[in-house]
Parts: sequence; C-alpha cells; structure tokens
Amino acid sequence: MAARNAIEAEGLTKRYGALTALDGVTFGVARGELFGLIGPDGAGKTTLFRLLTTLINPDGGTASIAGCDIVRDYREIRKRVGYMPGRFSLYPDLSVAENLDFFAALFGVSAEASRDLIAPIYRQIEPFRTRRAGKLSGGMKQKLALCCALIHRPSVLLLDEPTTGVDAVSRSEFWDMLSELKSKGISMLVSTPYMDEARRCDRIALINEAKILGIDTPQGIVSRFDEPIYALSGRDMYGLLLAARRAEGVRECYPFGEAHHLIPDAGFDAAAFARFLAGQGFADAVIRPAEAGIEDVFIKLMHHEQ
Amino acid sequence: MGGFLSFVKKETLHIVRDRRTMMIALLMPVVQILLFGFALSTEINNIDFAVTSPNRTEAVRRQVERIAANPYFTFKGYIAPNEIDNALRSGRADAVAVFADDYDRQTAATERGEPAEKAVQLIFDASNPNNAAAGAGYMQSILLAGRQTGAAAPETRLLYNPQMKSAYNFVPGIMGLIFILICAMLTSVSIVREEETGTMEVLLVSPVRPIRIIFAKMIPYFLLSCLNLVSILLLARFVLGMPMSGSLAGLVGISLLYLMLALALGLLISTLANNQVTAMLISGMLLMLPIIMLSGMVFPIENMPGILQGVSCIIPARWYIEAVRKLMIEGVPFADVLREVLILAAMTAVLIGVALRKFNDKLE
Amino acid sequence: MNNDPIISVRELSKRFGSFVAVDRITFDVARGEIFGFLGANGAGKTTAMRMLCGLSYPTSGSGTVAGFDVMRQGEQIKRRIGYMSQRFSLYDDLTVLENIRLYGGIYGLTRREILRRAVTLLDRLQFRREADTLVGSLPLGWKQKLAFSVATLHRPEVVFLDEPTGGVDPVTRRQFWELIYEAAAEGTTVFVTTHYMDEAEYCSRVSIMVDGQVRALGAPAELKRQFAAGSMDEVFRTLARGAKRTE
Repeated sequence: MAARNAIEAEGLTKRYGALTALDGVTFGVARGELFGLIGPDGAGKTTLFRLLTTLINPDGGTASIAGCDIVRDYREIRKRVGYMPGRFSLYPDLSVAENLDFFAALFGVSAEASRDLIAPIYRQIEPFRTRRAGKLSGGMKQKLALCCALIHRPSVLLLDEPTTGVDAVSRSEFWDMLSELKSKGISMLVSTPYMDEARRCDRIALINEAKILGIDTPQGIVSRFDEPIYALSGRDMYGLLLAARRAEGVRECYPFGEAHHLIPDAGFDAAAFARFLAGQGFADAVIRPAEAGIEDVFIKLMHHEQ
Repeated sequence: MGGFLSFVKKETLHIVRDRRTMMIALLMPVVQILLFGFALSTEINNIDFAVTSPNRTEAVRRQVERIAANPYFTFKGYIAPNEIDNALRSGRADAVAVFADDYDRQTAATERGEPAEKAVQLIFDASNPNNAAAGAGYMQSILLAGRQTGAAAPETRLLYNPQMKSAYNFVPGIMGLIFILICAMLTSVSIVREEETGTMEVLLVSPVRPIRIIFAKMIPYFLLSCLNLVSILLLARFVLGMPMSGSLAGLVGISLLYLMLALALGLLISTLANNQVTAMLISGMLLMLPIIMLSGMVFPIENMPGILQGVSCIIPARWYIEAVRKLMIEGVPFADVLREVLILAAMTAVLIGVALRKFNDKLE
Repeated sequence: MNNDPIISVRELSKRFGSFVAVDRITFDVARGEIFGFLGANGAGKTTAMRMLCGLSYPTSGSGTVAGFDVMRQGEQIKRRIGYMSQRFSLYDDLTVLENIRLYGGIYGLTRREILRRAVTLLDRLQFRREADTLVGSLPLGWKQKLAFSVATLHRPEVVFLDEPTGGVDPVTRRQFWELIYEAAAEGTTVFVTTHYMDEAEYCSRVSIMVDGQVRALGAPAELKRQFAAGSMDEVFRTLARGAKRTE
C-alpha cells in the first residue's frame, strides 16, 4: 500500500516508569513536506524521534514511516530513513572523508551514489576533508552530519535539534540547506527549541510536556492568537513590567526582548494606560499595538493546558 | 563483506589514533613480564655467606666450594664462631654455615645409617623471611647433594622449575590477566563510548545488523591481543629463558580461545555498563581482583579455603593459567590440558550466548 | 555609588601561538547594565569571557573588573563575580538546599547568612517545597532559574552568564529574564552570552564579536538603525557572514 503521508502518527504514547514522555501524539507529515516540531527541552521531542527511528517501542498508539509500521517493519524503516540525533553523532577521531566513507559502507552504498544530493552541502566542507571531525566548528559538524544522514538517499529525513548550540549564521545556512533538500522531494521532520526557526517550516507542531499543543502552518499558528496584544517599552524595563502588572485592565505582561508584551482585558484603553504609567513615573513609556509571534501563541497554549 | 571490512578499518583507526591507549595496550604486557620477571620475583638472589669450621677438612672445603659455585651464594670467607653474631648483624653476611669440628666423622656415621649429631648448622638472617627460608632450602639441598655418596641421603629435587625461578610461575598468570584486561576492558569501553557519544544510535538506525558491527569491533582488539601474545611468548622464551617444552601450537590455540572468551566478556560488560567509567570499573575491579587473588596466579589454589576453591572454578583465568602452566613449564602434551580447553570452550559459548541475548538492536 | 564602569577593557588581546583568539577589544560596561556579548562560534567570546573572570591572563592590553586588574588580580576578581553556564552550574546529585549551602560556603558566607539568603531565594523562586529535592530531578527551566539565583547568592558585583537559557520553554525563559532584570535593578551588572538573537533584544547594550574583534557595540535599537535591520538576528548575520574563521 502506498501511503499518502511520509510520516503518520496516531495516539503515540511512551512511558518511562511514572513519567509519561509522550502522551497520545497524533500528526502527519505529507510527502515532500518540511515539518517542524517546536518545543523546549524535555517536551518529548527526542522520545518521538526515537520511536520513529524504531530505537524504542511505543506503549500505546501506532506510527508509520513511508507506509512501514514502526514496530512490525522496523528493519524496513531503518533502510529508508536518514537520522541525525540531537548530539553530535560522528566519530571525532575520524576525518571528514573517513566518516563519510564509513557511513556509506554502513548503508552498503558508495559515497558516489548520493553525490548529487549531498554535493551542495559537501562542497562547503570539502576543503577540510582530511581534518578530524572533532576539530570542525559547530556549523561544519552539522553539515557533515547532514551529509552522513543523506548518504543512502533516504526518502524521509529525521533531524533532532540539528541547530542547537550553533550560531545564528550557521543555523540560517542550515535551514537554507533543508529548503534545498525539500525541493528534491525529501520529507523532513525537524525539531528545534528555537521558536524563530518555525517560519522556515511548511507546517509546525508546538509540543510541550509530552503533548502537542497545536499543529498548523506558521501563519496559521500565529493567527490563532485572536486577541489584541501591545508592546510596552521604556527606559526602566523592569520597573515598567512591575507597574504594568499592578495596573488594572492588564491580564498579562511578560518580557519580550526590546519591549514587553502586554495582553489586556476587554475594554483596554491604551492612552489611559499610558497616562497611568506616566503618573507612576514612567513618562517615557511607549505603548503600541503589536503582532503576536509564535512564542506568544506558545505561551498562551501553555497557559491553556494548565 | 566490503561493509564489514570498512567497519574493521574504522575500528582500527580508532585504536591507532588513540596513541596513548594503544601504547599502554602494547607495552603493558612487556612491562609486566619484565617487572614480575626481574624486579618483583620472590626468588632469592645473591646471599652472602660465611663459614665457620674449626677443622677445615677436604670434605668441608669441597662443600664450601659447591655452595660458592652456586650463582645465588657468594662466599665471604671463614670466620671464628665468636664472630658469627657480629657478621650477621653488621650485614657482612646473610648466612653462616657452621660445620661441626668432627664433620667428616659425623657424615660418615650418617651414611652408615648410625645416629649422629647434626654435622652442619645453617644460621640465616631472617629479617627477610622469604629470602632466608628459600636460601636455607637451597643451601641444604646443595649440602645434601654434595655428600660423598648419595646412597641413603634423602634427596630433594625440585621438579619442573629446578631453580625455583618464580618468574616462570608469573608468566602464565600475567597472560591470564593481560588478555582479559585488554580484550574485555577495551572492547567494552569502545562499545559503551559509542552509546555515550550517540553514534550507536545512528548505527542501530542503519540497516546493518548490530551484531556485525559488534564482531567488527572485536577483530582489531583480537589482533592487538595476538600481537601481545607473540610479544609475551618471545619475552618468556628469550628474555626469561623459559623452556617452552610443551606444544607451542596447543599454547597458541588455548590462548586464542581465551581471547575469544575475553572479548565475549567485554561485550557482556558493555550491555551492563551505561558509561565508560562504569565499564572501566567493572572490567578493572570485577575482573582483575578475582584473577589476581583467586586464579592461582599469586596464591596456590590448593591452599585456599574450600569455598574459595569453589569460587575459583568459575574464574576462566584459573583454567587458562593452569593449562598454560602445564604447557609452558611442565611441557605436557596437549591432550593433558583437554579438560581445561573444554571448560574454557563451554564458558566462552555461555558468555557469547548471554551477551548476544542481552545485546539488542533497540535502545531499551 | 561610584560611576566608574564596572568592566573596562582596553586593547585586550589573547594569542595562542600565532593564533589571535581575541584581537584588541575595547569596551566599557556600566554598573547595573545588562550587557549582551554576542559572536559566532569561534569568534573569541569564550576566551574573552575567561579573561574577564580571571581564569586566563591576557597576552596584551589592559582591563579591570570591579576595579581589579585582570592582569594581576584574578583572585580578587573571582571573589566579586558570579558565574553560571548552561553546561555546568549545579550538582545534580545534591539537593537544592545542599547546592545553596555549598556555593555559600565556597564564597565564605557564614552558616547563618547562608540560611537566611537561602530562605529568601527559595521564597522568591517559590521553591520552598523543593528545598530537599535532588537538583537532577527538577525540570530544566527550574534548574536554570535556581542556578542563576545561586550564582548571585553572594551578591556579586557582576554576574557572567554563558548561554543561560538554552532549550528552556518560552514561559520559563521569560521568568529567567525577569530574574535578570531584577538583579540588574538591584545593581548587579549582568554580562550574558547567547545564541538566541531575540534575547539580545533584552539587553541594554550588546557587543558583537567577529574574528576576535568587537565589530559592533551599542543598544539593540541603535544597532538596528545603524545596520538598517529589522531585528538583531539580521544585524548579527550581516556582521558574521563576513567572518573569515570558523573555530
């Protein structure tokens, strides 16, 4: 049976003793889709990856990759997926080329077979082909790991936090590479704790404390935030935060970088609020309407869960 | 097969690139053999002895010459009876042989089977009791052997190791220890290291059966240990001068079997330990101590309390060391160590079976 | 209170053989400021931070931290700063209270003082009930908040935070930044490195290091204006794309 979806998960549950690492997770990744799994450490992302890569068996629910069941057909799945675990999982004492050759041998292919697929990525690390993998920079390591995961031309790529601990430039380059792979028809499930990377995905699932909070396109997720939201800034940010929380008509106020985000109760009057702040000694405070981001949605959904 | 060879190559690169560990693995046996062979030997060396003999007859002089000719004893001259205490105290002599003034008559009487007084008294500085006891034993046997006719004299002959060289006894012990340490410790650490760094996850997710990965891992360590086997045998033969009178092929064969057992043990440890330190501790403490204490390497098994003798039976090194002793020192034919070979083979089969059962291709 | 900068660095450099890890950096950090110290992997951030913490000696240049010379008075500096890193800060196999006691002891606080501050700290974090819980069994976000509070237990003049919020959920991350704001409001200077460019926006001022040099320095709003960028992420990428070296 040709499955329509690259990845299909239905009520996937995993327990470790009293701890539920994954609680009834249901989602699907279409063929050729770049699907993001966004959530903090401990949300259950790695457990989900280990289930999908058949490294562990679920306690409940089912899942399939490219039509193969993760429990029954696990050997078949291992031939078809490319996997990049969260930790750096190459041999630091082997050179770039040796690592690549080894992974090719592991999957019984020659490094040439996937040359066209990995060439754009490999080109960037080729100057260092004789360097030991352990001596590469964080960004380079990720690129090499991606090459190794692609060596057998998998149809589905599973990437567990590929950009953690890597600087912003390398992260952005890495996402560019994923977009390119997507254009070659590879389906991808990518997890990340960085909310700002969500916009690079076709669809995202927000995950927290073993549960999926919501699944949608990045725009769709943001549009779920159907309340007004204001940005509040001034010189004394901390004082402003405390003052805003004391003020009436303010449901919630939390730091959000340059400005605090403020979620008002119904009937909020921004001008009146500004006057109130001025009266409290924050004459320089600026309040203006803002657009909610994915983090705002995440925070809202987290509250909703609790 | 190409895949398998590239695993072996990768594993070999890991070993070669970790220079320090490789040097330790290759030099440890050499150093231990030399250390036990020379420095730590319990044999006696160079005992200075003096002689008190009021009546230096021909027979006495011959006996003294015989002792002096032995490489362990150095003759320091004749001294008067009242100097004995002083000579021992000052360290000028470690031992004094006191011949009775009627030595000739007394030995003659003994030979006729008549009761007689002691003809020679040996006085040893026993501040080093091992040295003194062994030295006294040697000197006694030299004196006994040197009597006119051997007719009625009780004769002590030390079998297999006539010079009582303790290095001989240590070599099989060291072999039993080293192979377990290198094979079991290094393989278990290298498997656990892959689990720790996360590469095992990637290997498991590949279509290759993990068991092939594991076997590929063992091959370089097996070869490394073979190298050690060669260096130990060469050292034993040409540096320590061991006779190697038994079957060399049998010795190599049983050693290879023992190496396999050690590798299986390493695999088993890797399934029990979840980090490199634990693997190291298990193979270091859990394997090394019983081997040293209970395998007969240091303490003779016959002298152990019954329960420990029982425990020693489940220690593979015990059987290996026993077999190597027989083959290397006693020079018995291979057929005489068949029992040990069978026991080791059975142990290997059980260990491999258990290790494979415990090792699966999931993370749980 | 004096108005001298709490950290003042002039032409500070660190060479390892022919490799210039930190190349003549110059900047000041004012008391009570939240100073973001950004840079790509391998830009020299860690080396620079080590020198400021008195863990490594500069090859040339000069600098003071809390009034002490980084060249000669590393020990005095260590006593006046706090340090927290994402990788290591608390012992997982000790309880919350045991960790607090340990760090209080390291910085020479008396037993009574430690107990008093521990109570305040636990109340502020609403951790009272977790006082006897092993740190290892706390959720990551709680650990990070606790680690920060412990790093400031001895009321240091400056606290150095090395990527403190990696991987924590958005709500906890915000609570963490509130702790930072609070510390800054009480006069503690906060010196923080992060890979989250949106976090750079929380800082009063940031510096961006590229190839061992400080290439940009200023308030986030100023930098965005200067580089005609919409976010700190863009500013950072504009600067770091030109980087010659990787680690």
